[in-house]
Amino acid sequence: MTFEPTLLARVNKPNSPKLEGYRADGGYAAFEKALKDKQPGDVVTQVKDSGLRGRGGAGFPTGLKWTFLPKDHPGPIYLCINADESEPCTYNNRILMEKDPHQVLEGIMLSCYAIKSNRAYFYIRYEYGDAYRTLQAAIDECYAAGILGKNIFGKGFDLDIFLHRGAGAYICGEETGLIESLEGKRAWPRIKPPFPAVEGAFRKPTIVNNVETMACVTQIVRRGIDWFKSMGVPPDPKNPRDAGSYGPKLYTLAGHVEKPICVEVPMGITCRDLVEKHGGGVWKGRKAKSVNPGGLSMGFLDCTAPLKGEDGKTEYDIPLDFNGPGKVGCLGLGTAAVTVIDDQTSMVDVLHNVCQFFSHESCGQCTPCREGTGWMLKITDRLRRGQGRTEDLDVLVDVADRIGIIPGTTICGLSDGAGWPVKTAIRKFRKEFEDAIRTGTKSKHAKPLAMAAH
Amino acid sequence: MSVLSDDIRSRITALLPRYPSKQAVTLPALHLVHDEYRTVSNEAIVEIAGLLDLHPSEVHDTMTFYEFFKHDGDKLGKTRLWVCRGLACMLRGAYELQDHCEHKLGVKCGQTTADGKITLEFAECIGACDGAPACLRDDVQVMDVTTEKADSLIAELQR
Ligand SMILES: Cc1cc2nc3c(=O)[nH]c(=O)nc-3n(C[C@H](O)[C@H](O)[C@H](O)COP(=O)(O)O)c2cc1C
Ligand code: SF4
Ligand code: FES
Repeated sequence: MTFEPTLLARVNKPNSPKLEGYRADGGYAAFEKALKDKQPGDVVTQVKDSGLRGRGGAGFPTGLKWTFLPKDHPGPIYLCINADESEPCTYNNRILMEKDPHQVLEGIMLSCYAIKSNRAYFYIRYEYGDAYRTLQAAIDECYAAGILGKNIFGKGFDLDIFLHRGAGAYICGEETGLIESLEGKRAWPRIKPPFPAVEGAFRKPTIVNNVETMACVTQIVRRGIDWFKSMGVPPDPKNPRDAGSYGPKLYTLAGHVEKPICVEVPMGITCRDLVEKHGGGVWKGRKAKSVNPGGLSMGFLDCTAPLKGEDGKTEYDIPLDFNGPGKVGCLGLGTAAVTVIDDQTSMVDVLHNVCQFFSHESCGQCTPCREGTGWMLKITDRLRRGQGRTEDLDVLVDVADRIGIIPGTTICGLSDGAGWPVKTAIRKFRKEFEDAIRTGTKSKHAKPLAMAAH
Repeated sequence: MSVLSDDIRSRITALLPRYPSKQAVTLPALHLVHDEYRTVSNEAIVEIAGLLDLHPSEVHDTMTFYEFFKHDGDKLGKTRLWVCRGLACMLRGAYELQDHCEHKLGVKCGQTTADGKITLEFAECIGACDGAPACLRDDVQVMDVTTEKADSLIAELQR
C-alpha cells in the first residue's frame, strides 16, 4: 500500500493557501463541528488519546501539556505558536505555513477552543517573510469570513490570532525565550518551574506549541484517533515511560543528498530508507559518512558503526522515531531534520560549523553556556587551522559534558544541544580528529586569525 | 521636532490593543522604524520609549540583544543581502559563496557598499536548506545560489 500524505496533501495544489480552496477540500468543517457538538474538554481528550507528541523538538505529549493549565482559570489563557524554526537544517514549518496556512490556523482554532483561550500569538522568525505574508493574508480571509473574531459560527466563541515577527535569534525558539521576546524583552529563557502552562506570557497560563503540532491537531480532530494511531510506532513495552511515536511526520532532508526535500511518511522510517528512497541517495554517488538525525542539537550518527545485536546493520539503519536516535547516543529525534555528510567531508569542518552556530546563538545568560560554547568554538577553530593539541579532544568532551540542563548547570536546553554534537562527533570519529591533529592538516576553510572575527 | 513620522507613530500605536502590555510592542515598533529609516537612532529609541511608556534604556536593551537592528550611526543599505552559513549550506558551498559576495561587493559581512545599495550579512540557517546554498534578500529567500546566480542578483540590486 502506498502511503498518502495528509499534512502535505494540499501543498502542490494551485492556490493552496487560499480559504476558498481549503474549504472546498473540507477545511474548517472540523472546527465548526467542534464548536457545535463538542465541549472543550472533548477536544483535549481526543488530542490526548491520539498520542500526539509535540513536533517542535522535545516530543512532549500535547494533550497532557494542555491538562497542566490551571482548572477553572478565569483567564486570559494564551496560546503561543512557535514558528521560530531556527534549528539548523529544519524547514518543515515553513512549507506548512507557505503552502497550507489554513491547515495550521484551523489547528490553532481547535487548540484555543480546547484550552479556552481567546487569543493566540503566532511568533514567526523574521527570515520567513513569505510565510508571514501568506499567513497574514489567510488570517485576514478568516476575519472577513467570520471564522476569526467575535462569536465565531454564532457559537459564542471569540478568537484573535496575532502574528509577531522575530529578529533573527535562535533562542526565541526556546519556549520561555519566545515568551520573553514576545513581551518585548531580551529573549532570556526563564528558570522553570513555573512552566508556561502555570505562568507564561504576560504572567498568564500559556501553552506553547509548534506549527506542525497544530497541523496534526487539525487532522486528528478531522480524521480521528484511529487514523492517527494507524501510523508510527507504539510504546516500547519494556519502557513504561515511553509514550510511543504515532502519526505522520514531516522529515526535512538536507546536505549531501541528491534531492533535499521535505517528505511526509509515518513516524519511524529508518534513516537509510529516508535518504535512499526519498532523498535520491547521497549526492555524486558518494557514501554517507555521518548523518545528523534531527537538527544540529541532536548530534551525529556514524554510518559505518555496526548496531549491536543487529547483524549487518549500522547506525544508518536506526528508525527515526522519538526513541531511535537516543539508542545510538544522540539526544533524540529533535526536529526530524536529517542532514547527510558525505565521505569526502571533514568532520573537523563540520564540527567547527556547529560550534560556530551555538557560540553565536547562546543568549549569554548562563556562564557555562556562554563561556563553554565560546571555548568549544575556539578549540575547533584551532583544530581547523591545523594547530590542534592532543588534549583538545578531551577538553572538548569535558566541556560538552558539563554544560546543559541535563548536568544541571544552565537554564535552558540550548547548551545541551551545543554539547551533544561535540561529544558524539568526537566519540564516534575520534580517529579522524586525532589524525588531523597529528598531521596538522589545515582546513581549506581556515582563515588567518585576524579574519576569524565571528 | 519628532524624528518619527506621524504615519510611523500611528502604525506603532495601532498595535497597542493587540497586547496586554505596551512593552510587547517594542519589537514590532523597532521593525517598523528600522524598515522605514534603515537604522534606529537614539532619538528614535527615545520616541519609541515615549509611545510605550518605557525608559529608553529598556528599548535599547531589547534592541541590542538581537544584533539585528542597525544603530549608532550605522545604516542599512537599500537591500540587505544575507548569505546563509548554516551546516546544510556550508556542505553545499556557502563559505565559497560568502567569499565570492564579499569580493564582488568589496565589503565584509556586516558592511554596506559605498553607493548605499547593498548591505551584506551572514546568517545562521535561514530555513531554506532545500535550496542550499541559500540567501535572503531582505526577508525573501533565494534558493540554490550558484556564483552566477549571485552575480545576476547583485547586478539587479545595483541597478
Ligand atoms: C534552544 C532551543 C530552541 C528551540 N527552538 C524551537 C523552535 O524553533 N521551534 C519549536 O517549535 N520548538 C523549539 N524548541 C522547543 C520549545 O522549547 C518547545 O518545546 C516547543 O515549542 C513546544 O511545542 P510542541 O510541544 O508542539 O513541540 C526549542 C528549544 C530549545 C531549547
Ligand atoms: S543555556 Fe545558554 S542559551 Fe540557554 S539560557 Fe543559558 S546561556 Fe542562554
Ligand atoms: S543551512 Fe542554510 S538555509 Fe539551512
